[in-house]
Amino acid sequence: MSTNVQLEIFEGPLDLLLHLIKKNELSITDIPIATITEQYLATLELMQGLNLDVAGEFLVMAATLIHIKSRMLLPPGEEEGEDEEEGDPREELIRRLLEYQRFKEAAGELEKREILMRDVFVRSPDLPEDVEPAGFGGLSLFDLISALRQVLERFPEERIHEVTLEKISVREKMNFLLDDLRRRGKVIFQSLFEAAASRMEVVVTFLAMLELVKIRAIRVMQEEREGPIVIELSAPLEDIQDRMAKEQIGGEESGA
Amino acid sequence: MERDRLRSVLESLLFASDVPLTAQRMSEVLEGVEKNEIASALEELQTELESAGRGFRLVEVAGGFQMRTPKENAEWVKNLFRGRPARMSRATLETLAIIAYKQPITRAEIEAIRGVDVDGVLSTLLERRLARIVARKDVPGRPFLYGTTSEFLELFNLKDLANLPTLKEMEEMTLPENSELSGEARVVSGEGSGED
Repeated sequence: MSTNVQLEIFEGPLDLLLHLIKKNELSITDIPIATITEQYLATLELMQGLNLDVAGEFLVMAATLIHIKSRMLLPPGEEEGEDEEEGDPREELIRRLLEYQRFKEAAGELEKREILMRDVFVRSPDLPEDVEPAGFGGLSLFDLISALRQVLERFPEERIHEVTLEKISVREKMNFLLDDLRRRGKVIFQSLFEAAASRMEVVVTFLAMLELVKIRAIRVMQEEREGPIVIELSAPLEDIQDRMAKEQIGGEESGA
Repeated sequence: MERDRLRSVLESLLFASDVPLTAQRMSEVLEGVEKNEIASALEELQTELESAGRGFRLVEVAGGFQMRTPKENAEWVKNLFRGRPARMSRATLETLAIIAYKQPITRAEIEAIRGVDVDGVLSTLLERRLARIVARKDVPGRPFLYGTTSEFLELFNLKDLANLPTLKEMEEMTLPENSELSGEARVVSGEGSGED
């Protein structure tokens, strides 16, 4: 698969860490570094496996985590020459996480206000153009990735690297999903994968879903925090098919 | 000018204006009318629209007054502008929040908080005039300092910056209630998977 999906909704390493902390119901001020590092790296690996563009900042954070983890393993006072770094090695990271979370919450507060052209209107509408008629409604990539991780847990890791010709292309899966969505209306993320027979098929389905978001054919939403992820068509199917016919969508060009 | 008449004229001004009208501007237009008279007429107008459940209300926003539809009617007004629900991405909202609370602030400072590059988001915000360059910081390289605009206040229905929701203090966020969680949490993480 050479499909390279690039997403603009990347929120960054701090966001991923907060996500993992929240997911495991941990305390920011007392992060179990080993657990978090492991999960952080697993998520990066999954993102890379999906050919998602993992920005450099994520790798820098990975290095930071590993560094902190190694320092936590050293008994206090046995560090060579680095005496000035006396305190908790996690301190700086915790400070950054708290600071970031503060503004993440502030952003949430702003979003709850009576927003012009969403909740309240004035007589001459000339404001927001930053509209997202389709796309990820308030949902981060990490929410999707961790949902995907759960789906993949159903399938055992395929230990033998047998090369089989995959029968389903991303393009085919896209059409399948569109048809499915037209029939069923709103569907829950997990149910997209019900018919999947292998890990590969789950991944292909996931990529197809991302492609559909990218061409703004579907909307992926979460109506409440931690609630189910819901997917629906963003326009009548005919319009979407028109659009797809016009756009060159990856996956097939490389197949010929 | 009679009070009823004044209210009516003010209503016309507010209806005709496409930007929030400041008290100053209204008193310039209404030559000879006392400022405090205008202020109390505005207040009356505000209550009148409110209590009659009218389809537009008088709101104080971005340092002025503006007629806005009430939130409970949003569902239908939105249909009038079908296809353009104003939904901002989280990147946009977070960046705006940082600028709003920390202004004046440099791009590098915003990036340090968010942990990612904000180049694209920042230029969108500048384009949409929700943020602006306010000065240059007096440090090597003299980077730009950014701040919010009155369009920002209008977008979020804010009278002024002092009316921003209060930012939680760091101390508040490290509440001791978290510490009882960490005991359980270790058990959860010990099991390895994050099943719900």
